[in-house]
Amino acid sequence: MLDRPISPSRRAYIGVMGLLCALSVLLVCALALFLIGYVLAAGLPNLSWELLTTKPSYLSDTIGILPDILNTIYIILAALLIVLPLGAGAAVYLTEYAANKRLVSVIEYAAETLSGIPSIIYGLVGMLVFTGVLGTSLLAGALTLVIMNLPTIMRTTQESLRTVPQSYREGAFGLGAGKWRVIRTVVLPGCADGIITGCILSVGRILGESAALLFTAGFAHALNGFFTGLASPGATLTVALYVYAKEQGEFGVAFAIAAILMLLTLAVNLTAALVGWYFRKRRAL
Amino acid sequence: MKKFASLMLVAVLALSVMAGCSQKTSGTVTTDGSTSMEKVIGALGEAFEAQNDRVTFTYNPTGSGSGIQAVLEGRCDIGLSSRDLKVEESAQGLTGTVLAYDGIAVIINPDSPISDLDVDTIAKIYTGEITNWKDVGGQDAEIVLIGREAGSGTRDGFESITGTVDNCQYRQELTSTGDVITAVSQNPDAIGYASLASVKDTVRAVTVGGVAPTEDAVKDGSYVIQRPFVLVTKTDTPLSEQAQKFFDFATSPDAAELISGAGAVAAN
Amino acid sequence: MRSRKQLLETAVHGIFLMLGLVTVGCVLLITVYLVVSGIPAIRQIGLVPFLLGDTWESTAAQPSYGILPFILTSIYGTAGAILFGVPVGFFAAVYLAKLAPTQVKSIVEAAVSLLAGIPSVVYGLVGMLVLVPGTRALFHVPDGASLLAAIIVLSVMILPSIIKVSITALEAVPKEYEDASLALGATPIETYFRVSVPAARSGIAAAVVLGVGRAIGEAMAVMMVSGNAANMPSLFESVRFLTTAVSSEMSYSSGLQRQALFSIALVLFLFIMLINAVLNFFLKGQKEG
Repeated sequence: MLDRPISPSRRAYIGVMGLLCALSVLLVCALALFLIGYVLAAGLPNLSWELLTTKPSYLSDTIGILPDILNTIYIILAALLIVLPLGAGAAVYLTEYAANKRLVSVIEYAAETLSGIPSIIYGLVGMLVFTGVLGTSLLAGALTLVIMNLPTIMRTTQESLRTVPQSYREGAFGLGAGKWRVIRTVVLPGCADGIITGCILSVGRILGESAALLFTAGFAHALNGFFTGLASPGATLTVALYVYAKEQGEFGVAFAIAAILMLLTLAVNLTAALVGWYFRKRRAL
Repeated sequence: MKKFASLMLVAVLALSVMAGCSQKTSGTVTTDGSTSMEKVIGALGEAFEAQNDRVTFTYNPTGSGSGIQAVLEGRCDIGLSSRDLKVEESAQGLTGTVLAYDGIAVIINPDSPISDLDVDTIAKIYTGEITNWKDVGGQDAEIVLIGREAGSGTRDGFESITGTVDNCQYRQELTSTGDVITAVSQNPDAIGYASLASVKDTVRAVTVGGVAPTEDAVKDGSYVIQRPFVLVTKTDTPLSEQAQKFFDFATSPDAAELISGAGAVAAN
Repeated sequence: MRSRKQLLETAVHGIFLMLGLVTVGCVLLITVYLVVSGIPAIRQIGLVPFLLGDTWESTAAQPSYGILPFILTSIYGTAGAILFGVPVGFFAAVYLAKLAPTQVKSIVEAAVSLLAGIPSVVYGLVGMLVLVPGTRALFHVPDGASLLAAIIVLSVMILPSIIKVSITALEAVPKEYEDASLALGATPIETYFRVSVPAARSGIAAAVVLGVGRAIGEAMAVMMVSGNAANMPSLFESVRFLTTAVSSEMSYSSGLQRQALFSIALVLFLFIMLINAVLNFFLKGQKEG
């Protein structure tokens, strides 16, 4: 029975579907290769030590992206510092405390809504809410990013909290620990992987963000320390890429930044994969 | 719930006030506005910082409208506008001081055989009266009109001088000088306009009525498509000490060389 | 002592509750701000002339604020992106989730993640330098910056989310279903398309809706390839989307024009909320099997 030949119509179906699958994957791969190749080919030749370590000068007509690199680091640090307690706390509330099912679904729906809002809307609201009081500044941009990344941190933390075995909690309760103590000593250490994964994903998202930052963080290229930097306007790498490509037509610099961003994205993805692998392995032990 | 939201806001506010204070005392001059003025203001700022090493100069290229708005709301010391202030803006208590003049170059693809257009022809092209290059001595191809978005200082300047305000039949309305130059350089049938200071060799500027867009021609007014670069300040609030110093420096004859180095023509 | 401990517990509970509510607060904040800043212009212009007017001349002496061209462009553009992007994403996802050897899968998945991580400005830039001149040459139109160029950029940009979400959905299909189908004599490809795909349909639908959301909300990339003139949509004409209408005029705007831009943002937000509701519906369907 197993050897019965497959009818021609089934054969055609299998052939067509298989072909479509193969074509689609090839197309996706070709696109990825083309984009990566194009950006690297246009960008890498323009990368230089001088570009990475100086600030732009109008008098000598040179471009350097050090301020933009620093701004990117500042805004990532500031945004993560604020979003971590908020997001992780919300996740702890949802998995450990919340008894009211309606409330849980409202919060989860809110988080899903947040992750569906496009960055241009975040940019507008950030401009209305934060730049009104903070002025156009990295801090205003960071706060906008906080709202954007809240759902990510929340979701990854929640996922890892769910993997903390219920028996751990019960054991700790059984030993007479209060709820807060259980959370502090058993639950929170268990969700470290979720928080780290969330951070990595957020870093990736912040690296690529432009629309939400243009109207909130501005696009100045001044070289500043951390706190002055947060209080003044500044361009992140992606915003600088936008400005150099669009305002000044400096495609060489723009593609150099694009190449850097692509390498960073690759690094972020790799780190995420490694971290995931490490925690899975540790959990399996 | 509401209480909590407002609590958050208060905390954020407190943080911002502290941040704001520390910024003022360290001697900062903040400017905000026109993207076309980037090179001019960047050069002036850099030279100013070099002369006064304890002063920080910041420039946020957001656009003329945003810059004017920012001065009005006290978010920056000096606003930068690449068009004259509107009557209603002056009425809100703002003063404009012309810093320099900038020629607006009419640019075409380097492959185009056209070399000269007069203002009248440019107007006819942009209003859609002339739609084919062969009517002005070029190849037989539809003219592709590239322009800037509504509100842009460059567009405002170009349209008011050519008398085409609100009548331009743009094919593309791009949001920056760089985009316009790129679009024109990619299309042999395109025509666009951009600040003279930013024009690169990927495109070619035509002579307008026989006059090439040079610094001298902008200065003596023979190149007619030009617009002012304006420093915008509050009329009745004095500038901070360091901002006033920058203002004086920028409008002094000493700054003229810097301004012309950046492709514009100093007013003083 | 005991009451102090209880007090601490209550306080901690309260703090976590507040943290949990931050998300809800943010959504409310965004909604309230958009509604409050979006309503005045609609009031002044009138809802019908605003939504159904076909001319947008925001800075003319006699300004008109009709956003029908933007709404239609956003809808057509999104539909086009879905038309191109979904089939490719869907078949690629089936291949990656079910047919691909492990090594091929991990390499292609890494490439897809990289595509997802490329900033939209880069898509716009490459589109401007490659796609726009390409469209012009290929279709013999005066200028390549058009709805078509935007659709192509959008379809590439939504691919990663469609592929990723579909893979997750396909991988969640219980192995027993497939084993049963294979045991009955169906070939692997028949099994995956006739058993696994229907079983994962909620998740795949969610992927499509997610793609719709991404496409309708994208601003920076389409701004660089669509030409930005406020025309009624047509495949080879320069067009303006809801998102690009907001971002292109925002920095120079003032007065009623600025308020009208906020109203456009409000319209866009309503579209997104609708899409979110649909997405949530499908995701629920997926959870319940």
